Amino acid sequence: MPPAVLVENLKKSYGSVEAVKDVSFAIEPGEIFGLLGPNGAGKTTTIRCLCTLTTPDAGKLELMGVSVSNNPRTARQLLGYIAQEVAPDKVLTGRELLELQAAIYHLPKTQARERIDQMLTLLEITDIADRRTGSYSGGQLKRLDLAAGLLHQPAVLILDEPTVGLDIESRSAVWRFLRQLREQGTTILLTSHYLEEVDALAGRVAIIDRGKVISTGTPAALKAEVGGDRITLRIREFTGDDEAEHARSLLADLPVVQDVIINSAQGNSLNLVVDKGGEALPTVQAALKEADLPIFGIAQSQPSLDDVYLAATGRTLMDAEMAAVGKRDLKKERKASMK
Amino acid sequence: MSQSIASTPIANNAVAQLQSPGTKEFIQETGALTRRLFIQLQRRPTTLVAGVIQPLMWLILFGALFQNVPSDLFGESRNYGQFLGAGIIVFTAFAGALNAGLPVMFDREFGFLNRLLVAPLASRFSIVVASALFIATMSLIQTTAIVGLSAVLGAGLPGPAGLLLMTFIVLLLVFGVTALSLGLAFALPGHIELLAVIFITNLPLLFASTALVPLSFMPSWLQVVASLNPLSYAIEPIRYIYLHSDWDFGSTVMQAPFGDISLGLAVGLLLTFSVVALATIRPLISRRIS
Repeated sequence: MPPAVLVENLKKSYGSVEAVKDVSFAIEPGEIFGLLGPNGAGKTTTIRCLCTLTTPDAGKLELMGVSVSNNPRTARQLLGYIAQEVAPDKVLTGRELLELQAAIYHLPKTQARERIDQMLTLLEITDIADRRTGSYSGGQLKRLDLAAGLLHQPAVLILDEPTVGLDIESRSAVWRFLRQLREQGTTILLTSHYLEEVDALAGRVAIIDRGKVISTGTPAALKAEVGGDRITLRIREFTGDDEAEHARSLLADLPVVQDVIINSAQGNSLNLVVDKGGEALPTVQAALKEADLPIFGIAQSQPSLDDVYLAATGRTLMDAEMAAVGKRDLKKERKASMK
Repeated sequence: MSQSIASTPIANNAVAQLQSPGTKEFIQETGALTRRLFIQLQRRPTTLVAGVIQPLMWLILFGALFQNVPSDLFGESRNYGQFLGAGIIVFTAFAGALNAGLPVMFDREFGFLNRLLVAPLASRFSIVVASALFIATMSLIQTTAIVGLSAVLGAGLPGPAGLLLMTFIVLLLVFGVTALSLGLAFALPGHIELLAVIFITNLPLLFASTALVPLSFMPSWLQVVASLNPLSYAIEPIRYIYLHSDWDFGSTVMQAPFGDISLGLAVGLLLTFSVVALATIRPLISRRIS
């Protein structure tokens, strides 16, 4: 049985910008697969290529064994696509939008009516279905879009940043719904720059950075691979630069400590990578006491997906995100994607 | 390939629907896309209301402006109002069709078009056909209003066959121009550029046609330009039909600098214009959106 989604050595440039340099991954049927990376890493471009919206420069793309570039219509039939920004027609009601969606997927009339009612109920938007979508909240729009994308029962559901801009309640509703879908056998590919989203939903993850996949595996395996435990330490609520540096050099000399980073974005807190097990925390505490340094807060944890990202790229996802903010020409990207 | 897909029930379902799409699917998707445009119109009727009022204002105000010009300047027309009617009918239909690309451009910009492009449409030409059907209906409503008001203002009314031929002429122009406008909506980067093209095309094509004055009234260079303008080939036949209840396809409707144009030839040229316009944008649209 072929993988539900196969991406091999995908490349795509917009002018001189290499949006995707080399992306490969395979998704088994019935799996939720997460594409994790900061904004601008190439997630959306990868997805647009899979959805036939963008023609890749090179690489192999398959859905259920069907070549996307050779059989784009078959590919479109096989996939449901939920774009990052919902584009409803404000003047249409939710139901009318779904009727249009059913027609462009050529569902017979009676089947369309049944499916629409079924999806409205499933996503709990029956009561607003006959209101114009212009009056919907962000969460309601996302639910409507999910209903639209699933009307034709696609084998693969592709979601681009499914919960960006949603309130917490809507977000967990989307999560619940996606888990429910997977249980019914739908393969799901989602992109996200939210660590907890990928961690909570995805069976397997590909971490993507600057147009390349840098790591693939289950979240647990990826974290185990990074190894060690993490200690987050705050000397004071806001620690001075000198004091932080002093503590850093002191702690870096301890044998249980593998690495220390000063996180200036969080009041000069210290992020330590330490040996796994219980001894690290008391050792660190003792060393600080001996040097007469206070402790505002200290916590030990296992590595997170962010640590995986940090280990692979030398920066945290948040830093990457911040770095990307000023660099992207969003207008140009929008133009390029506006086909 | 198909055996391996068959092992998942959902994919199986999808593949079952995949028998290569035919006319039925094309009609279904075109119908749904057209319906959307009419729902929009019904809930935002401003476009239609303004679209009907504007030509009527043209007819009344512009007609009054030239009311005192000696009537022999306008050939066989009894008065300027009668002369102007045909021009306003054609110009209104033309302007409406020229704007046809705008909603599609906004669909591109808002991402709605992506919804259509990721769907397994039988042919993406259904997007074009839906727009053309919609614009054609709008134009016919506007034309009816203009013909009605012209009749009230004393321009008379052609017979049933004449009205039918007028409708056909208007539709030919509308389909051709709609096609070009939709082509631009896919080719240009954004709505600003599209609006710019619409603005610089709109009035010059009106002034360089026989809508407002007859060919004989123009300097000779403008006569040449106006005789190459597709609008003239719609205006002159309609004007002729208005004035001659005994029209036939051999009647000369326009004396272009390069020779006489018969009614049949004018309609034939319009048909050619429409077909060429559609044929030109077809590859453009399929390249842009497939």
